[in-house]
Order: sequence, then structure tokens, then C-alpha cells
Amino acid sequence: MTHLPLASVGTKSEKQDMKPAKRPFAFCLLPFAFCLLALPIFSQSKYDPAAVYAIRNARIVTVTGATIEKGTVLVRDGKIAAVGEQVSVPGNAKVIDGTGLSVYPGLIDSGTILGLSEVGAVNATLDTTELGEFNSNMKALTAVNPNSELIPVARSNGVTTVLTCPLGGVISGQCALINIDGWTPQEMALRAPAAMRLIYPTAGGGGRGGGFFRGVFGQSPEALRQQRDKRVEELRKKLDDAIAYARAKEAAAKDKSIPAHPTDLGLEALIPVVKGEVPVLVTASRQGEIKSAIELADKYKLRIIIFGGEEAIKVAPLLKEKNIPVLIGPILDLPDNEDDPYDIAYARAGELNKAGVKIAIMTNGEPANIRLLPYHAGTAAAFGLPKEEALKAVTIYPAQIFGVDKLVGSIEVGKVANLIVTDGDPLEYRTKLKYMFVNGHQTDLMNKHIRLYEKFKDRP
Amino acid sequence: MKTSQIIRLMILVLALGITAQAQRNTSSGGSSETLIRNATIMTASHGTIENGSILIRDGKIAAVGRNVKAGPNAKVIDATGMYVTPGFIDSHSHTALDSVNEGSLSVTAMVRMRDVVDDTDVNIYRQLAGGMTMIHQLHGSANAIGGQNSIIKLKWGRPVEEMYVADAPRTIKFALGENPKRSNSTLQPGAPRRFPATRMGVEETIREAFTQGREYIRKWDEYEAAKKRGENPLPPRRDLKLEAIADVLRGKMDIHSHCYRADEIMMLARLCEEFGIRVHTFQHVLEGYKVAPEIAKHGASASILPDWWAYKMEAYDAIPFNAAVMTHKGIVVSIHSDSNEHARRFYQEAGKMMKYGDLTEEEALRLITLNPAIQIRMDKRVGSIDVGKDADLVIFNGHPFSVYSRPEMTLIEGEVYFDRKADLERRPLLAKEKKDLIEREKKMPGERQPTQQQTLPLPTLTEDDLDGHIHP
Repeated sequence: MTHLPLASVGTKSEKQDMKPAKRPFAFCLLPFAFCLLALPIFSQSKYDPAAVYAIRNARIVTVTGATIEKGTVLVRDGKIAAVGEQVSVPGNAKVIDGTGLSVYPGLIDSGTILGLSEVGAVNATLDTTELGEFNSNMKALTAVNPNSELIPVARSNGVTTVLTCPLGGVISGQCALINIDGWTPQEMALRAPAAMRLIYPTAGGGGRGGGFFRGVFGQSPEALRQQRDKRVEELRKKLDDAIAYARAKEAAAKDKSIPAHPTDLGLEALIPVVKGEVPVLVTASRQGEIKSAIELADKYKLRIIIFGGEEAIKVAPLLKEKNIPVLIGPILDLPDNEDDPYDIAYARAGELNKAGVKIAIMTNGEPANIRLLPYHAGTAAAFGLPKEEALKAVTIYPAQIFGVDKLVGSIEVGKVANLIVTDGDPLEYRTKLKYMFVNGHQTDLMNKHIRLYEKFKDRP
Repeated sequence: MKTSQIIRLMILVLALGITAQAQRNTSSGGSSETLIRNATIMTASHGTIENGSILIRDGKIAAVGRNVKAGPNAKVIDATGMYVTPGFIDSHSHTALDSVNEGSLSVTAMVRMRDVVDDTDVNIYRQLAGGMTMIHQLHGSANAIGGQNSIIKLKWGRPVEEMYVADAPRTIKFALGENPKRSNSTLQPGAPRRFPATRMGVEETIREAFTQGREYIRKWDEYEAAKKRGENPLPPRRDLKLEAIADVLRGKMDIHSHCYRADEIMMLARLCEEFGIRVHTFQHVLEGYKVAPEIAKHGASASILPDWWAYKMEAYDAIPFNAAVMTHKGIVVSIHSDSNEHARRFYQEAGKMMKYGDLTEEEALRLITLNPAIQIRMDKRVGSIDVGKDADLVIFNGHPFSVYSRPEMTLIEGEVYFDRKADLERRPLLAKEKKDLIEREKKMPGERQPTQQQTLPLPTLTEDDLDGHIHP
């Protein structure tokens, strides 16, 4: 296996660092043979938070700036400390020889349920969908299982960061932008909440998450429309209530004579939304839903991001004018209608990009398949999206959309060191991931699949 | 009828025949010869030919190589800078079927997919646009023994009779594990559960069917023997289900069995050996890598889902290295779609396999061409670019295993069934036609029918009957 990273990392500095510290300890326990066996584990320093890394002689695709054909990326204290053709490498740095390799920013999947779902068909492993229609206080980060077997597999083609979202209802809950390597959900969180998830009510059918099985069976179109209108009404009332609640709370804080409103956890969670501090991720497929979502955003001064946006191209001028981004995916998807062009889902990203709408590409499917993100972006490029834009749609664009472009999405000094080192274009099928850094830590590339492969490939 | 009338009728019939023939020729460019020129040809059988040409005559590949000459009337497709591969073959498809599962019984060997082929399914065209040319249409996986499968070519626009592959073998679907034991399907309120509900029950369901099939063969053999002796015996009652099972036991119908876990793979292999037959192809076979030596010894081939996993419990140990491990153990491996979506980008599914276990480019290409052809016993006719085979070909604008490439043209038996350029040109016309139809409908006074309230029935079978492609 060429995937295994630790053996090939330069260990010169490890030896220098470790020997003085470990020698007395090892010396006194020398008679015990097991101690010798244990020694390499202590000296490996796999989780050394102070480690400094230098990736040298690599092609550096910074995404936001010019590509450096042969240069060095220095990682220190979890951040990118230096990038360039001439970078002085400190003596304690662990050196990775990047000859023939390329460094890219870690890829970002802007629509997943990673950590909230393990085995799709096994209900006991799902924490995606709370009961009820309005769940603004549900936090995806709470239920992220950092030890999900799906996470190392999700990383295996270069994804370092995902947006993970609750599902269902009208307001599903709070999405979290997480770096997908860490011991606890809190350590993984890059921004939480990153967005409030809203599924714009539909009259049945109408695409992914719109609730095909939720309402369409056994109900007339008229009943479904009434149900939709009722939900929209409830949604507006929730937002009105949140605004009133926020005002009452502020007033009571200023003036002690005003009685304090009893705490309402749902409305509490909506305050940053109606103040425009937390964006709203609106699932909307049809142009009518997208327009309604924009009207709602105008009325309540919400910052919205369209999620899905299958018909967003029909509203493109409006989206561009109002600077509303669209998360598109899955790209690898069937057309919704029989008479749609065969490549409608492949071509959507390119068309929106051409129309000047800010996009990001997401897998928006089973979390087991997040490692296919590069191919969603690459296929969009095969059908009209310029290659460089395809890469941006899974790096800097999602970072900009979620307001974390000062932290991630490109290779720039001062940013979080979420990096991938590959033997080629990360969007190509045959490219292999050689090293990954998340939050400046070198990530173990071992996963369930490699473990099983290693176990069974040579069995007699 | 007077003689003159008969002659007139004969002339008419003849003329119609000629017109039909002429139309066919027109659609292949007014001649029965086509030359694809100056392409990179990935043959799937004997390597890649740079700057090569393919001569197609009467729907067959007449010549392949660097120095290929065509007649003066040959239609020429200039493929400079392009790649040509064999048409893709999906060994596990549920496309173009009116229904997939006869899920009321655990053994439904009597039903036939060829009776429910839907030649108007738009997925045929969508898959052609991804280079697919032939599909093995399987019964669903709701039953331990499902129905008889069908093989068609994706001749979009032609009637179903022209899509059937005449010399196709007879095959039957079996299924093991969660689907036949109905683990992931929701029952309607009050509906009873169906036997079997465990992997033990699945084994005995199949053993029971085989046992009955053996009895059936014996009864008919005794009847035939008695007739031969000059007696006048009563024939046994004809049973279409057992007739199919009997043909399985006689080795006249290939078993293609849906399976996931290593234990159930071994169960079916043992059970078949007990009855003196073998499993022809294990389908999905996600844990095949765990028992690859046993599968090789049994003599079965493997048709797999390339890299899907964790959508249900029995898929939790699926690994993308499965194709490579089994290939390296000498098993004929294909990858399949089992999905209208994946089937449109089969080249991607194969391309991904190169990085998991280091399959070569040709090994990866064979996963979707020659190997599925072998599994459905069509490799004498399709599956590679060799002289004498059907001219089922795909032309790509770049290397088929680059994410940035796409199919530009798909041919079946030398005829162009998909042409991206023509598709793009047609789009504004179709959009206009649609708009005009809607306008006309709106203008028709009083002719609009009031919309009737329609209550759709609840589905009794879930999407996982299509083997687990459950979307959240």
C-alpha cells in the first residue's frame, strides 16, 4: 500500500526530539523486555500538537493565488506558517519530500449528514431527523460521532471539512461546519452553528427532501397545497415571534422594570438568524420555492443560501443581483423530469457559474459516499464548468459562502492547515492521496476499507 | 382475389420492404460501411491502438488497426483526438422494466422479465448517452428465487422486438440475505410476514425448491421412459415454476444470485454443489473479497457494486478493493450499476477501480465490457473491439478514465444511437415544441378536463428491493 503515510515521513527530527526525553525513562526500565517494545509507541509522537511540518519540493496549488511549481509549505501550531519557493525550514520540522506531488487545500463538502448517520437502513444508527416541524434548537454538532467508521473513509479522497446538517421538518436545526478529524465534536467544529437549516414547505413531490413520501400518498393536490400554505404561515409566525422575543429580551435587559419573557429555547436559537448573524440554508428546488425563499429573506432580512436549487438557473439574475449563493448537488444525479436533457444535473453547476451565481458543490447523499465529492466536481467540469472553478467549488467558494474564507479553502499564510498532498489532480479518479493535514495535524489515512483489504487480500 | 390484385399486393409488400431497408441504411449514413478514423482505440482484449481506425460493415467490426481501408461510399467519423471503447454492458440492471419484483412469494421462477420490457423508458436514452449498449435486466431481490432475466440492447426508438438479443442465454435471479428475508421493508398494517425471515430460512427455501425441481424432473423422466416402453402413461401436471427450476438443475439456466455476506455466498455455493450445479455469477457479492479463494474454486464469476457501502447492515464490510482482490484471485469480475443513475456513467465506476488495488487500465475497462459479456455468455458477440464482433462502440472526447471526459457518440451494430452534437441541436426544437403544446392546450376553450382527485396506493415494496439504493 502506498497510502500509509507515517513510515515515509522524515523522522530525523523525531529522533532528535525524543531521545533526550525518553532516555532516562527507558534506561531505568531496561531489564523489562516489554518496555523495548513499547518504546517506539512513545517515541512516535503521532499526536504531537507542537509538531512543525515542512512539505518540500511540491507543486503548490494555492487556489486563490498563483500555483507554485516547486515550493514549500510550512505548518506550525495548526496553521500555515509559510508558503513559497524559498521557505526556510526550521531544524525541528518533520520534512515531507513532495517531489512529484502536489499540495492542495483540503476539500470541503457543503452538504452532508456525516457523523449523524452510520448505516442508512438501520434506524438505531441515525440521528438526522428529530420529530416535529420546528427544531431550531437542535444542533447537529451534538450528535456528531467523531468515531464513525464513515469519517476516515470520507477523508480518503481529500475531503477535510464538511457541513453536517439535521434533516426533516420545516426548520430542521443547526448545521455545523466540521473538520473531519478530531477527538471530540467540539475540537472538530470549525463553525457551529454555520447555518440554520430550513426546508421550504412544498406541496408534495418537488425534489429531494421536499417530502415525496411525506405527503403525496393519499392526499389531493388541493389538500397538499393547503398544508404547504399552513406551514409557510407557521414559519412566518415563528420568525415574527423570534423578532418579538429578541426585542422583549433586549428591553428587559435594559430596563429591569420590564418583566422578562420566559425562556423559549426554540426562539432563542432563532435570534442570531433574524439578526442576520447566522445564515439560513434553504432547501428549495423549484423556481417558485426559490422565489418564495428570496421573498421571505427580504421580509425578515435573513441571509440565505439556497440548498439544492435544481431550478436555480431560472432565477439566476435575481440570485446574482442579491448575491445569494447556491449549494448544488448531487451532480451525479438523474434528471428530475422525463423531458429534461440527459445531462441536466451534470451541467447545472456550469450554467449557474456562467450566469454569475456563487456556487459550491456538495455530495448531498449518503455520508458513506462523501469520498466521491471530487468526482461530483469533476463531472461538472466535464459538462461545462471550467476546471479551476470546479476546484474552487469544493474549496474556497464554500469557505466564502459560510464566512470562513479567512480560515480555510486555500493555501495562504495564517489559514488553518487543512492540506492534502496528492500524486495528481485531486478531482481525477486515479489520483492517490498521500498525506493529509487537518488543523495542522497529520491525519492517519488508515480506514476500515484498507484494514479489511490488508486482512483479506493475501489470505490462503 | 384476382391474379393482378395479388401481384399488386406483392409489389406493395416488396416496395414497403425496400423503403424500410432504405430507411435503415439512411440512419447509418446511406451505406453499410462506416469508418471511425484516427482514434485511440481501447480494445479491452488486445491493448490500446494509437491513431487507429475501425471499419464497420453490416453492423459488425470488419477491421481494426492502423492501416484500415474503407470503400469509397463509407460513412466516415473523424475521431481525431478521441478515444473509442467497446459499448458498455451492465450485468445487473433494472432499467426499462414495467415491474421488477413479484414479491408475493419466496419462489417466483415462473415470471419473466422479457414480458415486461418497457421500450419507452427514457433511461434507455440516458444510459446510451453514457455509453451503455447492452443490459442484463434482472428480476428484483425480494425473493430467494426470483424470476427469469432478460437481455436487451439499448436500441432507443426501436420496438422491443428489435431490442431483444436473439441468442441470449437463459438466466434466473436468486437473492440471499436482508432482501429476501424482508429485513428493511415496511409491512402494511395487518399484513402478515412472509417466510423466510432468516438466512436459515433462505437456504431451506432454495433447498425445498431444488428438491421439488428434482422430483419434477424424475416424474417427467419416468413418464418419458414409460412412453418409450410403449406404455400409455398420464403426463405429469405441467408446472411453470418447477419447469424453470428443473432447467436450473439441468444446467440450462444460469443462476445470478444477489448476495452480500461471505457466509451466504458460501451457503449457496455449497447448496448448488449438493445438487450438482454451480452458481454462474454472484451479484453484488460485496464480501466476495473475504472468500475469493472459495468463489474461484466453485467456478463462479462475480458482478459487483464498485464502491457503495454502509447503506445497510450487510453492506457495512463492503470495500472498494473488492474488484482488485477477486480479479487477482482469477475470478472474472464485472461491475454493475443496479441503478438508473450509475448506469449513465459506467466509465467513472470502472475508472475509480484503478486506484483500489492497482488494476491496470485494461483490467478496469474489462470490468464493464468483456467481463460482463462473459458473465452473460455474449462474449463471442460483444465486449471488445475485435473483428467479427458487433460494432457496439463508444466515442469519448478524452480518455474515458479521466473525470473531465464524456461520451460524444454511442453506436450499436454500427448505427449511431446517441450523438451529443445532435442532442444539443435538438434541445431548442424540443423546448419550442413543448412550449407550443402547452400554449395550444391553454387556448383550447372548454376542452380541459376537470382534474380528478387521485389517490395513489401506498407502495408495498421499498426502494431497497432494488438492492439497497436508499436515498436519505
